Amino acid sequence: MAELFAGNVAEFDDGECRVIAGGGYEIGVYRLGEAFIAYENRCPHQGGPVCQGKIIRKVEEVLADDKTSRGLTYSGDRIHIVCPWHGYEFDMRTGIHPGDGSVRLRGFEVEVRNGEVYVQV
Amino acid sequence: MKSETEQIREIPKIDTVSDTREILAHAREQARKRNYQDYVIVDVDSHHTESATWKEVVECIEDPVIRSEAKDYHDRVASPAYGLNDPIAFQQEVGGRIAHQTGWEEPIEGTDVSRDVVKVRRAMESMGIDYMIVFPTRMLHLGMHPQTRLEALLARAYNRWLVDRVLKEDERIKSMLYLPFSEPDAALRIIEEFTGEPGVIGFMVTSVRNRPVHHNQYIPIYAALEERGMPLAFHGGYSWYEPSVMQLDRFISMHSMAFVLWNLMHMINLVVNGIPERFPTLKFLWIESGLAWVPFLMQRLDNEYMMRTSEAPLLQRRPSEYIRDMFFSSQPLERTNLKALELTCEMIQAETQLLYASDWPHWDFDLPSTIFDLPFLSEQAKRNILGESALKLFNLERPEGKVIPNDDRT
Repeated sequence: MAELFAGNVAEFDDGECRVIAGGGYEIGVYRLGEAFIAYENRCPHQGGPVCQGKIIRKVEEVLADDKTSRGLTYSGDRIHIVCPWHGYEFDMRTGIHPGDGSVRLRGFEVEVRNGEVYVQV
Repeated sequence: MKSETEQIREIPKIDTVSDTREILAHAREQARKRNYQDYVIVDVDSHHTESATWKEVVECIEDPVIRSEAKDYHDRVASPAYGLNDPIAFQQEVGGRIAHQTGWEEPIEGTDVSRDVVKVRRAMESMGIDYMIVFPTRMLHLGMHPQTRLEALLARAYNRWLVDRVLKEDERIKSMLYLPFSEPDAALRIIEEFTGEPGVIGFMVTSVRNRPVHHNQYIPIYAALEERGMPLAFHGGYSWYEPSVMQLDRFISMHSMAFVLWNLMHMINLVVNGIPERFPTLKFLWIESGLAWVPFLMQRLDNEYMMRTSEAPLLQRRPSEYIRDMFFSSQPLERTNLKALELTCEMIQAETQLLYASDWPHWDFDLPSTIFDLPFLSEQAKRNILGESALKLFNLERPEGKVIPNDDRT
């Protein structure tokens, strides 16, 4: 197994991503708190550069107790990766599309050693 | 764990100043892996942003008073493009999620041709396309402009600008010119004067308009097109001002329906009133409504026609048989149910009547792989849809070949 050096931990802002290329792969590496998550930079829809797009909190609709709509808001804890080609969205933690669980990103294991972030490919 | 560490490089995020070639780097990779250099690929529907160069377009307005008015308008701070009616919310970029749409300001420097030529070339070369047919963007709403004479003036000015500044610059860039259908005489004059100009391979009606296309005032237009062998396209679009559409509160709702609505209307009027019987060699092309609406209309019209043939006395066949003789562009190809799509392709005779379209750079664009990867198409059907059928329809010269850039960044 080969691995890609993705950078030093300090180079990753919380909730942000670095997209790296090497060894025949393009991979987006995301930091969520102390956790690191990596996905192939390829959208399952049309092959778009999914990790080069925006990071945005999931949009939710607010319903009152009587089920009337009270408009839209951003989720407090669910963060989405957005493919810049067509807007396909994926949960940053799971890589799964919010509207169809069978549509998901390809994930990679990430290892942090001595303050350095490595992706196993 | 013992492992080997690979050298890496960092890839930039995509934003509103990204280069087309960066945004479409994966499209180039698809083109390489699928050997598009061995296929003719004609994109029958792509777009440029005419509003970005609208100051040049208004210089071509024939009417000196309107031309002066437009230039004065543009001299004022932050004036939008003169005469282009606002389609209300331009929300195509999905709340800022898609950069290559509204407000995309790709740097283009050091060129002696129009920025539109540069952008189209970059897109073609990234997607592996041999010919790209370009259409305007905001002008797709101009058919609803209350000043019909303004539509005619702007259409003519735009066509003049497009031929001189874009189509003459690159033989690979083609267009079907805008017909101001609200002013039939002006539309006829455009057909008469622009047929044969460089890069002009047909004419186009922006579908969003509420004038019945079978009306006798349009008969001379269909006759002129048939006589010249020029195909006629109806390009879908939307209007949120339409009373029934106004009840739809979200862009997804409006766009899903409205982009089909006017093409449904025009197709019904053309077929039921026997326009294909009156002009049997006139070629119709339906653009940017996808395909799912076509089987619906075929079944619906056939069912009613069998009970009410007296209301469509010019027809010699079922309505669906006329529709099957027409051409359809593929985008946005509804691919979420492949069985339904396969049946649709069978019903519309996709092998000869379907033409690949990208709609680049709009938010729901399709790459050639949307056709290439369909599991139920024969090799010949793929080749026809990707480009061979378009070569025939538009009488285009077979391209000499292309090179897919080898710029693998991994």
